[in-house]
Amino acid sequence: MQKAFAKKPEEIVEMVKASGLRGRGGAGFPAGLKWSFLAKDVFPRYLACNADESEPGTCKDRELLEKNPHLLIEGIIVTCYACRIETGYIYYRGEFQHASDLMDRAIEEASKKGYLGQNIMGSGMNLDLFTHLGAGAYICGEESALLNSLEGMRGEPRLKPPFPAVEGLYGKPTVINNVETLCVVPWIINEGAEKHAALGTEKSKGTKLVSVSGHVKKPGNYEIVLGTPTSELIYDMAGGIRNDNKLKAFIPGGSSANILPADKVDVPYDYEAIAEAGSMLGSGALIVMDHTVNIVESALRMSYFYMHESCGKCTPCREGTRWMWQILNDIQNGQGSNEQVEKLEDICDNMSFKCFCALGDAAVAPVASSIMHFRSDYDELIKKLTTSSVAR
Amino acid sequence: MFAFTQEDENKIEKIVKKYPFKQSALLPLLTLVQRREGYISPEAMQAIGKKLDMSPGYVQSVMSFYTMYHTEPTGRYIILFCHNISCQLNGADDLFAYTGKKLGVNGGGTTADKKFTLHKEECLAACCGAPMMRVNDTFYENLTTEKIDQILDSLP
Repeated sequence: MQKAFAKKPEEIVEMVKASGLRGRGGAGFPAGLKWSFLAKDVFPRYLACNADESEPGTCKDRELLEKNPHLLIEGIIVTCYACRIETGYIYYRGEFQHASDLMDRAIEEASKKGYLGQNIMGSGMNLDLFTHLGAGAYICGEESALLNSLEGMRGEPRLKPPFPAVEGLYGKPTVINNVETLCVVPWIINEGAEKHAALGTEKSKGTKLVSVSGHVKKPGNYEIVLGTPTSELIYDMAGGIRNDNKLKAFIPGGSSANILPADKVDVPYDYEAIAEAGSMLGSGALIVMDHTVNIVESALRMSYFYMHESCGKCTPCREGTRWMWQILNDIQNGQGSNEQVEKLEDICDNMSFKCFCALGDAAVAPVASSIMHFRSDYDELIKKLTTSSVAR
Repeated sequence: MFAFTQEDENKIEKIVKKYPFKQSALLPLLTLVQRREGYISPEAMQAIGKKLDMSPGYVQSVMSFYTMYHTEPTGRYIILFCHNISCQLNGADDLFAYTGKKLGVNGGGTTADKKFTLHKEECLAACCGAPMMRVNDTFYENLTTEKIDQILDSLP
């Protein structure tokens, strides 16, 4: 922090811009650039740390929160110094009571040492940092829904623009960043922006924590330099497929990312390459499926999630998620037809980029991508209906 | 009848101080009641509303949005069993069925002795330890039928 305080706040924003750090929560938006959007000369300003980790497949923030709360505090202090913020809230999902209690202790420890509170380390900077718990809602990981929830409302998203940097918490300029993003900031201050930018690819700089789960021998959180081949993550780091089964499909970025077939497994794990392969890096949650999986069943399970978590505010998402689950449920239970698959595609079309927030698009991903790449799984289930009705 | 205790009042005073606007204390107060009583009654909603200058109707409208708040009494131990994709890929469905059978609440529910409430739950951010469940504040990962027996049988 002494290194940080030796610089001017604006210099730190430029440093983080130059480092190429992108948001690690799921959107991948350049962090420094987001900070620079803060409305000039409007105070007070706030920081909200998004610790609402709820993207299926993702468990990397929880590890940081439970094992290294002081690293997050440090990242928050530097960020608040850079952005001239004096009040910060860490919004934990409600189920993270344990992590939140740990952080309360860590905040007390840091305050006692003079790292939080008034005139931190003689820098003239003040910062009050608080924990806040949600109560079970995936949508509260969406930045504007998080702010609404923090204000004591239903966690429904807001219309954007205005963006939080202009009108955020309590209508004031707010920086809102994911846990992992903020935890990288101290490293950038210590080692320098160039060192961070030297890692990774041209547009995906630095390292990423990847939660590898599903049908692998060694599920876990792995830190990779961006651009590492996905196959290396699966076969070297995570030990390969369980029972040495064959890979059928994988989802690179949590359930909101398109499912990819096995032949794409060599794709470099970075934002651009995965987008080009037809999916997204998202939160960094690599879900691996072997040949025993019926992709329709997986899509059904994921569609239930989105139906459950839809906030209900906008019609295409509220009705579309429910409808998709109903159809997938019918197909999975032998009541399917080709017309129903077409109907699913139609619903996906009517939801994509037409919902109030990104949850609608996320819900479309498992359905549309499973139909695109694994139509044979659907056909097999539909055949069962035809066969059984003929037998009658 | 629901009433805040003196201990509650002390906690509430500290909570409200964290925010420039006291509406932000709504979830923390709902959570305080949920944790203490095991559910949130209409009387509790009224008490919270009075504390924060909100109508009970508003309190209820916010409360009903979040899955961790219950309107009916729950067991002493609330078991949330993840059934989302990474856990489902690792056999969560069978283990959920096993747990339901073991507790006599197939498909979820509260046991007659009010000791356990079992529910399916969405992703709890423990995917690398799938399959998993959360019992009150504790996460239990890499579950097997033996581990489930061990964990649940040992709870007082």
